[in-house]
Amino acid sequence: MSGAPETALDIAASVRSGERSARSVVDDHLATIAARDGEIHACNAVLDDQARAAADAIDAAVARGEDPGPLAGVPVALKDNLCTRGIPTTCSSRILEGWLPPYTATVVQRVTDAGGIPIAKTNLDEFAMGSSTENSAFGVTRNPRDLTRVSGGSSGGSAAAVAAGYAPLALGSDTGGSIRQPAALCGVVGVKPTYGLVSRYGLIAFASSLDQIGPFANTVDDAALMLETIWGHDPMDSTSITGAPAPLAGGADVAGLRIGIVEELTDVEGIAPEVRAAVGRAASALEAAGATVDRVSVPSCTYGLSAYYLIAPAEASSNLARYDGVRYGLRVDGEDVADMNARTRAAGFGPEVKRRIMLGTYALSAGYYDAYYGKAQKVRTLIIRDFAAAYERFDVLLSPTAPTEAFPIGEKTADPLAMYLSDVCTIPTNLAGHAAMTVPFGVGGEGLPVGVQVLAPALGEPVMFRAARALEAAAPR
Amino acid sequence: MSEAEYEAVMGLEVHVELATATKLFCGCVNEFGSEPNTNICPVCLGLPGSLPVLNEKVVEFALRIGEAFHFDVPERSIFHRKNYFYPDMPKDFQTSQYDSPICADGYLEVDGVRIGIERAHMEEDTGKTTHVGGGGRIHDADHSNVDYNRAGVPLMEIVSRPEMHTAEQAKGYVSELRGILEAIGVSDVKMEEGSMRVDANVSIRPVGSDTLGTRAEIKNMNSLRSLGRAIEYEISRQVELVESGGRVVQETRHWDESAGITHGMRSKEGSEDYRYFPEPDLVPVAPTDAMRATARAAIGELPAARRERMVAQWGISETDARTLVESPGLAEFADATVAAGAPGKDVTNWLSGEVLAYLNETGLSLAVLPLTPGKLAELCTLVSDGTLSRNLAKDVLGECLREPKDPKAVVAERGLAQVNDEGELGALVDAVLAGNAETIEEYRNGDDKLRKKKRGFLMGEVMKASKGSGNPQVLNRLLDERLN
Ligand SMILES: [Zn+2]
Repeated sequence: MSGAPETALDIAASVRSGERSARSVVDDHLATIAARDGEIHACNAVLDDQARAAADAIDAAVARGEDPGPLAGVPVALKDNLCTRGIPTTCSSRILEGWLPPYTATVVQRVTDAGGIPIAKTNLDEFAMGSSTENSAFGVTRNPRDLTRVSGGSSGGSAAAVAAGYAPLALGSDTGGSIRQPAALCGVVGVKPTYGLVSRYGLIAFASSLDQIGPFANTVDDAALMLETIWGHDPMDSTSITGAPAPLAGGADVAGLRIGIVEELTDVEGIAPEVRAAVGRAASALEAAGATVDRVSVPSCTYGLSAYYLIAPAEASSNLARYDGVRYGLRVDGEDVADMNARTRAAGFGPEVKRRIMLGTYALSAGYYDAYYGKAQKVRTLIIRDFAAAYERFDVLLSPTAPTEAFPIGEKTADPLAMYLSDVCTIPTNLAGHAAMTVPFGVGGEGLPVGVQVLAPALGEPVMFRAARALEAAAPR
Repeated sequence: MSEAEYEAVMGLEVHVELATATKLFCGCVNEFGSEPNTNICPVCLGLPGSLPVLNEKVVEFALRIGEAFHFDVPERSIFHRKNYFYPDMPKDFQTSQYDSPICADGYLEVDGVRIGIERAHMEEDTGKTTHVGGGGRIHDADHSNVDYNRAGVPLMEIVSRPEMHTAEQAKGYVSELRGILEAIGVSDVKMEEGSMRVDANVSIRPVGSDTLGTRAEIKNMNSLRSLGRAIEYEISRQVELVESGGRVVQETRHWDESAGITHGMRSKEGSEDYRYFPEPDLVPVAPTDAMRATARAAIGELPAARRERMVAQWGISETDARTLVESPGLAEFADATVAAGAPGKDVTNWLSGEVLAYLNETGLSLAVLPLTPGKLAELCTLVSDGTLSRNLAKDVLGECLREPKDPKAVVAERGLAQVNDEGELGALVDAVLAGNAETIEEYRNGDDKLRKKKRGFLMGEVMKASKGSGNPQVLNRLLDERLN
């Protein structure tokens, strides 16, 4: 590719003004997908026909003098756990084979209502369980910056799609880091909004109290454009926040901003020295721009990973019970209903999904509930309390997004615990229900992208985006 | 020990379908008897990605129940997931309430005895499975069909404390519960159609003991009568079992209506672990003061208060008041008739007598009868002002029950008005006496017994001569004046 990829803001502006047709935008991006996806494998499905038809409709609207909206003609890649009416939605699992959703997720509807064009359904770790997209039933998504390495996960397909120029914008879901970690590994911006800011209606659930949909983009402003398109109350989601969110405009001014580096997520074993150094350089850059920087302890973050691996599997064990072969998706016949259920689930789920269903079932069992699920919920309360204390002294917090640069394909597949540690920096935000995003900030020791994470309290997106823009401006090229 | 030396202890779990227009968590129509799988959507089918949204009307109905049964309704209650696999349950978990129900610690009075109600909570109903082929039983069926119309229909589960001791008391509890639920407009409470389902936990213990025995849970009773029979059978079964050296096991038992027995259902290996945990897709239920006020305002007069009022104001018996209140629509009809000017006691006599008998005989409901409160009040007036004897009034009422006619019109049409004119009636008496000189002779010379007989004969002749329309009191007096 030559130079910086085209931004969504530029594309929308040129399509709205009639300077460029949505059809040519879509054709260009489809050509990129056709050229590169054979080796990267970010897409479970490429929506050629639908995307071209949608582009033609946008061009017709422009020709009639109508404004198709802020995303006019912008190709958008959708993680394949977002329901799309009449288009297969697989969660990269065999168990949803052949299922066509009869309805469209709220976020996808909002994207298309704004003139955005869904161009592909992207690969993920099965049911969003994983950190490398190696748990997909349809094969791994390779990192566009180095095809021998993983793209991260679970939204590896969406991160790779943006990094490889398939689309300037993508949607993913983040339960413990599934947007931020692959964004960091692929060198793009990724946002996990405040829990409840974006409707989950139509997002196939992994862990309901942690899941949140968010954008991938090449620039912070593009990410803001996408977030402002999809956010806001949805009567179909009881956990969706009411009231209008504060806009994300506000530039990159960080003068006087109080910034804290979270010790428990930065100065710990497992964080690569180059990654730690990047966080230091990022802090210095913000300081140079007028912010004050200090270190801060958020002690209970240490227990985040353990609490997460009880709460998320517990909710998943219940959310995934419905894949029983009775109503939709895969069915493997058996002697009776229970046998059919068991055979279907044995054949339909991959090993990581089975591992988490068993873990979660155990954590909720009579006699173990208090020791596991109950205790994990208490840790969650502590994490919220500790963050609240930190946000009394700081406006935003900083930490690495992922402990390392993208790791080689196959390196961690035999060691689930090592894989789980990939999300150690991102999980506390999900447990707290807060906001966080990753911004690319140079490369690491192996020449691959490193991301810096900006954390903010609930509904702290405006200040988080300001800090992110300042980081983006200061990032080494 | 004999049966008399044991005390039975029972608690009842009642599931009631709430009569809201839509389901618990989606906008689908809540309706009995639609074509299979027509009232469904992604939410009540539990499709991947769908989310529940609580129907506020269900909360309001729950608040009415809270008010009517003296429950505590906490500031916040939450939903839990009850996890188990079942093909007619779309998500393979039931969204229900567990240790934080919307209604806690209420009670109900049955014949002056207060029965505690531990809790009442909201939950969703399941779909319905039918087995095709092989005689309709699950193990030899060719295949099974599931209808999800009922999936997601709102239920209240109302759990009594184990404080009842006889089948009569249990029936009284259910009857009172049903009356109240109907009166507050939250359910049509039809046991036969399954909109009210009653399970009974039955145990026995030696009289004087205060520890609870092992209980059996009895299911599948579809009327009050079968509830009573099932409990009586189960008590005897447990007493016989213990007397013969056996031990009651904790199990679910199925009531077989035609055989009149309960039998144990095949128990699952181990006890079921439902792995309850808080439903993350819903926020806590926090009724506002306005919602509580709305619920309070929506509750009309409860059955016990209504009975008390009728006894006090109309001077009728407790039994008659109960008859009126427990027969659908009868109490409202009585109130309307009294409001139209009739005395409560007369109205009660007609309604609990002739009208109820007619309803039972024909199987019709009060609502479809041509008789209105206004017409019944008119009939009462015709009797009290002497126009109509009670006997003829029965005939007139019979006609008004069958046809859309006014009592006054029937009286005019059939010439039934009672004659009170002494001159007219005196002439009739004279004519009868003139034709029965022999009888008069026998009357005058006879002993008391014979006199009574002869007088009765003459009175009959006089009545016949008036074609039944003479006022009997006047005729009696005129006859006596002439004979003595
Ligand atoms: Zn529905």
